[in-house]
Amino acid sequence: MTTYMTATSGAPASNIARGTSPLGGAGEIDADGVCAWFSGRLVLELVTLRMEKSKVTALIGPSGCGKSTFLRILNRMHEVIPGAQLAGSVALDGLDIYGAGQRAVDTRRHIGMVFQKPNPFPAMTIAENVLSGLRFSRISPASRGDLVEEMLTKAGLWNEVKDRLGELGGALSGGQQQRLCIARALAVRPRVLLMDEPCSALDPTSTRRIERTIKDIADEVTVVIVTHNMQQAQRVSDYCAFFLAEENKPGRVVESGTTDMMFAEPTDQRTADYVNGRFG
Amino acid sequence: MSSGSDLQSAPPGVLIPNTSASTGTLSSGNVVGGPTAGGPPLAPPPTPRRLPTPLRPSDFGSTDVLLLMGAALASLALVWVVFYQLTLLSGALGFLVCWYLVFVGLTWVGTAQVIERQVATDRVVAVVVVSAALLMVSLVVFIVMWVAFKAIPHVHWGSLFTRDQKHFVPSDPNILGKVGIAEAIVGTLEQVAVATIVGVPLAIATAVFLNEVGGRGVKLVRTVVTAMSGTPSIVAGIFIYSVLIYTQVIKYSGIAASLALIVILLPSVTRVVEEVLRIVPGGLREASLALGAPQWRTVWSVVLPTARSGVVTAVLLGIARIVGETAPLLFTAFGSQVMNANVFVHDQAALPLIIYSNIATPNAVDHQIAFQAAFVLMSIVLVLFVAARFFSRTKGKKSGKPSEDDLMARFFVPIPIERDDGQ
Repeated sequence: MTTYMTATSGAPASNIARGTSPLGGAGEIDADGVCAWFSGRLVLELVTLRMEKSKVTALIGPSGCGKSTFLRILNRMHEVIPGAQLAGSVALDGLDIYGAGQRAVDTRRHIGMVFQKPNPFPAMTIAENVLSGLRFSRISPASRGDLVEEMLTKAGLWNEVKDRLGELGGALSGGQQQRLCIARALAVRPRVLLMDEPCSALDPTSTRRIERTIKDIADEVTVVIVTHNMQQAQRVSDYCAFFLAEENKPGRVVESGTTDMMFAEPTDQRTADYVNGRFG
Repeated sequence: MSSGSDLQSAPPGVLIPNTSASTGTLSSGNVVGGPTAGGPPLAPPPTPRRLPTPLRPSDFGSTDVLLLMGAALASLALVWVVFYQLTLLSGALGFLVCWYLVFVGLTWVGTAQVIERQVATDRVVAVVVVSAALLMVSLVVFIVMWVAFKAIPHVHWGSLFTRDQKHFVPSDPNILGKVGIAEAIVGTLEQVAVATIVGVPLAIATAVFLNEVGGRGVKLVRTVVTAMSGTPSIVAGIFIYSVLIYTQVIKYSGIAASLALIVILLPSVTRVVEEVLRIVPGGLREASLALGAPQWRTVWSVVLPTARSGVVTAVLLGIARIVGETAPLLFTAFGSQVMNANVFVHDQAALPLIIYSNIATPNAVDHQIAFQAAFVLMSIVLVLFVAARFFSRTKGKKSGKPSEDDLMARFFVPIPIERDDGQ
């Protein structure tokens, strides 16, 4: 792992021209006093967290502590679940995404998401999958071919699929499908990319490939990643937030800060226990 | 199915020189490393060794064929003796049923004797399942062949599709060359087409409402749809008759028949499409929403295309259901002897109506026309099915199916037997 880290950190960052998003580049998310309920049961209590621009923030913690719920609140996917409620505010570059007149559809265009299970659209080809987000938003890119190549290159998939862009998305392996999903999410040029345990269904090689992708894209898009894997959090993230739900209590953020600090000298004993693998 | 005993009793395989990957690399490594390191002694020179013939444990071998044939013959003889000679029962159907039951029993006994009991149970289940499938297929083939056999010898292809029955004279011996069922073909195609064009979008929209939109009305709508699908088809006909025709809103016409057919088409297509939409993984909807797609876009561009072949099947089943309906047409299209291509006014003929009215008369010619109409009706359904299968195929040739090479690699792995070396 160490060799891999030095190898990639020394490599030049993605040399592809930065996308011209109408609102430009990476964004910053401020969550303030976020609470979440499922069918009246409080699962997340007063989470206040800032996800820095162009950085990778990892949300870590044991199962059922509300990490994924929090992540879904950040791009308004939480409200898709029946019976889900929330309180608090989430601001993207200072603009409250839950503010009056804000549409969920617009928010999600700026804050993309990659899910735990790879979910390329099975009825579309690889190229169509990449372009699907633009099609949904009725944006036609200047050159489809270039955009497909650019996004697949960013996701580290281009060399593997450049001769089979016309094949269906389901024909790829699990790791390739997940990278296709990343390319698809990047194609709409979001300011923030949320990743919900993107590697938990993948093998170590694919995991490493995706971690490299995360590092490559981080300067163009803010990444928030939920992970159960401590080593992964340490490898890819700049900042960390430790979520914990004590018995019969809603999840809270116990501690947050730079990844180095969180892993080297956590101030809270529970954080120290968790990152050193003593529970969870 | 057959276990290790089969493997050992398999005929000896061909002699294979020692080229298998594992042994090859092993021995060459020893040859290189041996003299310089001076460690382990040199491996013995590679000798040709006997590999078993590759086989699939589930293959259906000659033993199995012989067992089945033996069981079939033995049961035939046994049942013949008991059924016709000892008990003096009669009837072909009873004989066949008894033969089949005894055949299944003897298959179990024979396989249990020759191989073992677990394999025997497996074989019996296989026999029952395969024979059920064969029964289905042979029934369909029988019906199709029977209708074709009754229809084709008397067909005059020149007139069948071009003429109506305006000048039908039962006493004329050559009447079949002068009349046809064009009016019924046109009528059925028009009525079904109108019903499909109106009914299918309604049905898909209802299914989308039930499964994708949700909300308060879902329970009520689902109950109504379920109740509707239980409606006897003649009630649909009477409903249209009493509401629209008896009240003189419209007259007997093809469109009235289409309305009655929609009443039947709607619930059946809705229910199947709803089931199909339910199978579409929720992750795809989330992926689409997370890309910033509004819900209607998600349904239109992701959910429906993913469920496309299922939706096509649902529509097909719906069309196949209504194309042969007779009862709803009785008081709506009413039937006609003459060509009426206008679906909106006047009585219109239909293939099921022709079959229904012609088979009830004592005239042989009428019967022949009925069978020809039945034959045409089945052909229309067949063409529809083939066309729909063709159009519902997913684009992109390779759809994640393992290629033949993959299958070969998976199943035909030679099993190395290490004991050969030691002994």
